[in-house]
Amino acid sequence: MSARIHPFHGGLVLDGRKALSTRTPPAPVPLPERLVVPLHQHIGAAAEPVVEPGQRVLKGEPIARAAGYVSAAVHAPASGTVVAVEAHPVPHPSGLSAPCVVIEPDGEERWHEGCRGTADWQALAPEALRARVRAAGIVGMGGAGFPTHVKLNPGPGRAIHTLVVNGAECEPYITCDDMLMRTRPQAVLEGARIMQRILGARRVLVGIEEDKPEALAALREAAGGAPDLEVRAVPVRYPSGGERQLIHLLTGLEVPSEGLPADIGVVCQNVGTAAAVRDAVVEGKPLVSRIVTVTGGGVAGPRNLEVPVGTPFSHVIAHAGGYTDEAARLIVGGPMMGFAVRSDAVPVTKTVNCLLVAAREEVEPARDPRPCVRCGACAEVCPARLLPQQLYWYARAKDFDRVQDYKLFDCIECGCCALVCPSQLPLVDYYRYAKSEIWALERERERAERARRRHEAHVARLERERAEREARSRARRRRATDREARQAAVAEALERARARRTVQAEGGHAEGDGAEDA
Amino acid sequence: MREFPVATSPHLPPRASVPALMYRVLAALAPGAALATWQFGWGVPLQLALACLLAVAAEAAMLALRRRPVGRALADGSVLVTAALLALALPPYAPWWLTAVAVLAAVVLAKHLYGGLGYNPFNPAMVGYVVVLVAFPRELGHWPAPAALAAGPDLATALSVVFGGSPLPDALTAATPLDHVRTGLSMNRTLAELRADPVMGRIAGTGWEWVALGYLAGGLWLVWKRVADWRIPLGFAAGLALPALLAWGVDPDAYPSPLFHLLSGGAMLGAFFIATDPVTASTTPRGRLLFGAGAGLVTFLVRGFGGYPDGVAFGVLLMNMAAPTLDQLTRPRVFGERR
Repeated sequence: MSARIHPFHGGLVLDGRKALSTRTPPAPVPLPERLVVPLHQHIGAAAEPVVEPGQRVLKGEPIARAAGYVSAAVHAPASGTVVAVEAHPVPHPSGLSAPCVVIEPDGEERWHEGCRGTADWQALAPEALRARVRAAGIVGMGGAGFPTHVKLNPGPGRAIHTLVVNGAECEPYITCDDMLMRTRPQAVLEGARIMQRILGARRVLVGIEEDKPEALAALREAAGGAPDLEVRAVPVRYPSGGERQLIHLLTGLEVPSEGLPADIGVVCQNVGTAAAVRDAVVEGKPLVSRIVTVTGGGVAGPRNLEVPVGTPFSHVIAHAGGYTDEAARLIVGGPMMGFAVRSDAVPVTKTVNCLLVAAREEVEPARDPRPCVRCGACAEVCPARLLPQQLYWYARAKDFDRVQDYKLFDCIECGCCALVCPSQLPLVDYYRYAKSEIWALERERERAERARRRHEAHVARLERERAEREARSRARRRRATDREARQAAVAEALERARARRTVQAEGGHAEGDGAEDA
Repeated sequence: MREFPVATSPHLPPRASVPALMYRVLAALAPGAALATWQFGWGVPLQLALACLLAVAAEAAMLALRRRPVGRALADGSVLVTAALLALALPPYAPWWLTAVAVLAAVVLAKHLYGGLGYNPFNPAMVGYVVVLVAFPRELGHWPAPAALAAGPDLATALSVVFGGSPLPDALTAATPLDHVRTGLSMNRTLAELRADPVMGRIAGTGWEWVALGYLAGGLWLVWKRVADWRIPLGFAAGLALPALLAWGVDPDAYPSPLFHLLSGGAMLGAFFIATDPVTASTTPRGRLLFGAGAGLVTFLVRGFGGYPDGVAFGVLLMNMAAPTLDQLTRPRVFGERR
């Protein structure tokens, strides 16, 4: 096990601007008047509501159950009354609405009695621990929101040797993981240990960017020199916090293209997820709140806040001093991979790590696109070692076969290429477009395939029915023919009999007449 | 509730721009152009001014014909780079119409008929240069003597030569070092004898070697600023110097030294400023090394065995043709792809 850092290709050194929001430890935000809790806060199927309007709920009580394996339960972030189960705008680039449970908190903050933890989790089997993680509705808190219990169950064929804990937090502005590590290092490490036990991993590697000396020191101290847990500093280079990049930095292993970290015996989890796992197992608390960084030149008092899931952005921003006159763009996540939202009337979810209210000068001047001059600056910074200019070319030409030949689906949409492009092309937009077109085509193909199969089955059924009908009618005809033949035979026999009688009558008229007339 | 305008990620403002790249290339040409002016006189700035004016006019006309926003596209500065490269490649006292033909061929034919900036497969400046080289070989051979051998013409003479059709006085002309070597060798003189001639200077020709060093300095600055990829000039130097070293090692009397090759003719201008044109070069890292090496090798072959004194333009244009294939063959291994 080498402590060497294995640099990845490309990447960028960005102005972190992290000091903006690290002056005070995360403070709890007061409960809003209404919590709007989306049922779909994760990758996979939306949870199914188990409460009805008018129902009283306690904090931590399940309000929606996981719909299938790749899904996550949702819990009441506060005690109160369910006032509606209806569609509300949710944080999404398109500004769409989705089903939510709306709760009016009563302010009593009474916990549901089902929320019981155990300090002696070492006594529990990995299966039981994983069930607790699942019951707590924990999803990847670094932003992707993949259900954690699924990631902690790589399946039989894949033995996990290393758990990588991601504390890199490479995106500019975001500091929620940094503040979590500074204030709750023990919780992060205990969560990591629980996950290590679930996975049966030999070692735990925690990766933190060098620009967080306090977090590094806190975690190192908490680790206390355990032989199978290492806290390593990684160079400040975006996107070191990308799953594949961090795994490479810490282990030198490359996650296979089109594969998963588990394929090479590694599972990667965010530090926030680790702390949530610990809270679920040790304290019995489901995932009902998280630390959110509220920052940027557009807010008066940038800071980190402990926010109940379902709290409207406007409420959170108001508790970070409110907007400044400079507020120009509201971004969920960081300035590289985050998405802008139209309105602050949407709720914080399990995956909202940062509300970046960017000032004008932080996001301007706007792009001024010109033709690609094939300079290759994009390829130099691509952490996936792709050729972004070729991808752009083929995506623009809608040549979806070539764009996949050039490994479009290995693009992690980190945005480095678009940032350095002298032609200022919105490259990532082209890749997102090509990906969604390819998915749509695939769905279309699948639908066509299903339709074709259905059509073939339909034709086969018609054919079968026709054959059966014909067989039946043939049989009927045969029977009918038989009847006719029989009738004909009978008629013939009668005819013959009559003929015979006629002959006899002509032969012996005297005896026949008398008998016949009698 | 508050509403915001939306935009797609990344949200940080872009870090670079095409005009900034182009103006850096122009700035990097300055030392070489200044030294060329010092060595060859008024002709150099005259050609630069003439080529730039014609090029801007031609580009504006083509943009208007193609119904493109004229001002915006002109502002990218790419046509000035083409014009400057052409002006510095042509003989400083070439008649104005020769420059005009070269500029029109470059801007109209090589650039806009292919769709303008970013879409041209061939380096426009080199297309313009080769058009006049093939059509008017005699005019292309008329180079002035460097400052150390003859005082250059004054401004009035320079103007009358370029615009008035009067010839450059014979006393002011001299063979270029490449020409000198070529004709000398064809007359069965050895390089040892040729090196004693005044035009040959210390390494690669009196005056010429200074100009080459000027381009080298500007080129290194471009590489340092990451405007030009180091792989192309390095590949070019290797493609030119390694075969030259081999030949020179075999027979130093018949083949000039690698250093002579590197610092004479258009080698430095070509390696750092022309072959590095990203639009027409290969885009992959290994492809760029090979692209440069190919252009350097063709330059060596044309100089040593071809019908023209220099071969940079042919090297670049031939490799332009090969660039798409090179890109295909040298795709880098994607992260996580099997080794």
